[in-house]
Amino acid sequence: MENGLVVQIEDVSFRYEKENVLEHVSLTVPRGAFLGLVGPNGSGKSTLLKCVLGLLKPNSGRIFLFGEPIESFREWHRIGFVSQKANSFNRSFPATVEEVAASGLVAKRGLFRPLTHEDRRTVEAALAAVGLSGLAKRNIAELSGGQQQRVFIARALASKPDLLILDEPTVGVDARHVHEFYELLGDLNRRGLTLILVTHDIGTITDRVTDIACLNKRLYFHGKAEEFEHLGNEAISQFYGHPLHVLSHEH
Amino acid sequence: MWEAIWQYEFLRNAFVAGVLTGFAAPLLGVFIVVRRLSLIADALSHVTLAGIAAGLLLGSSAPAAASWNPLYIGMGFSVAGSLFVEKLRAVYRHYEELAIPIILSAGIGLSVIFISMANGFTTDLFSYLFGSVSAVSRADVWTAFAVAAAAAMVILTFYKELFLLSFDEEYARVSGVRTKFIHFLFIVLVALVIAASMRIVGVLLISSLMTLPVAASIRIAKSFKQAIGLSILFGELAVIAGLWAAYELDWAPGGTIVIVAVAILLFVLGWKRGRQR
Repeated sequence: MENGLVVQIEDVSFRYEKENVLEHVSLTVPRGAFLGLVGPNGSGKSTLLKCVLGLLKPNSGRIFLFGEPIESFREWHRIGFVSQKANSFNRSFPATVEEVAASGLVAKRGLFRPLTHEDRRTVEAALAAVGLSGLAKRNIAELSGGQQQRVFIARALASKPDLLILDEPTVGVDARHVHEFYELLGDLNRRGLTLILVTHDIGTITDRVTDIACLNKRLYFHGKAEEFEHLGNEAISQFYGHPLHVLSHEH
Repeated sequence: MWEAIWQYEFLRNAFVAGVLTGFAAPLLGVFIVVRRLSLIADALSHVTLAGIAAGLLLGSSAPAAASWNPLYIGMGFSVAGSLFVEKLRAVYRHYEELAIPIILSAGIGLSVIFISMANGFTTDLFSYLFGSVSAVSRADVWTAFAVAAAAAMVILTFYKELFLLSFDEEYARVSGVRTKFIHFLFIVLVALVIAASMRIVGVLLISSLMTLPVAASIRIAKSFKQAIGLSILFGELAVIAGLWAAYELDWAPGGTIVIVAVAILLFVLGWKRGRQR
């Protein structure tokens, strides 16, 4: 039963062998939010994400997606994902922009069901949404880092998701394209898409997201972005474990 | 050669089996190459040889088994080898390529033991090593047909999943693709195609028919579908031109097919370089 919450994490803990990576994390993401999940390297952000995506099973606690326990959740097409590793794909892979974007429809189509004309229109629309309409037939390796990142967003958008999750998506993308990239995410959020953006770089996202969650094995803060900015550098440094001055990147 | 094909059944068998191999080997080869598993074909072909040697040994020592086609025992070994490769890749998760030399050396070791037990090389075994036109029976043609049809059906059915698995395995898993099952199915299919192709190109050369046409196609293909189409085209060209040249010049067909495939690759590389200037 959907309850207006896209993701519900209840008291989740996770261990890699004997090392605690997540300790009693509880977090909710309401529909329409743009959540920045921040934390230093090794803070468990990617692990939490993998738990939400069903790639890892928590040692304890529960996760609900769209009100459904993750164990019985089957509508994976409702979740789009842009991986940290997406941009480190095999550059010699002979695939067009259109082929990569269309691969996002796998979850929706299921087995024995080839792509239909309607699917192709959906892919065209996803490419248009990220500003890559004219490049559909180009080999993905010929595109710039920023354009390639947009292809991966188009792939995630192709299944018309209700939630888009991005794990350190700007790694390897140059500064000018990073700005355009965040503009695009803001635009998608204004059109009603719920977003979770995972990053170690607090300064880049504070003025771009609606909510912030700070994770360092445990959840240290979860609230509105403005509230986070009022916390002050001292509190944030304590959570990061070393002195830190949060700078807002205005381009 | 064309007149002779109508005249002699063994030539007809070789031609049809060759065309089927020229289709199935590069079709699977595209996925093997882009997933950086090129050496798996080599490992599995050597395991197949162990099975064939075991089959020939069994045939010579047990009269009841003399009528068995050693190719089927080779197929059994190849499929078992493919499952071991998968198991070892899971055990050595950070050294996945280690599975290949382990299986390859096990295959060679077993082959040598079985060959020595059968008192050395026979003409039949030699034909499996390097391929032989005259050795292709009607049963071999039907086997090649069944395996090629299975390969085409699996690729058509799981094309979306195999593409995603090859391009981005993590995203495939997030999308709910049953990656282990699809990979298992694919690797078993590779094992079957390798075994079925033995008669034409032989153990030592089969991996080349899975990789050389693909190596040429990925240099010029713009899309993945085009890479598949060009790989099959180059594979067929190599087989047909290779069989023709081997017949006219009285050369070994397996070797000739591979050399034609190398020539196609060199031509494509040269053509691509010329266009870039």
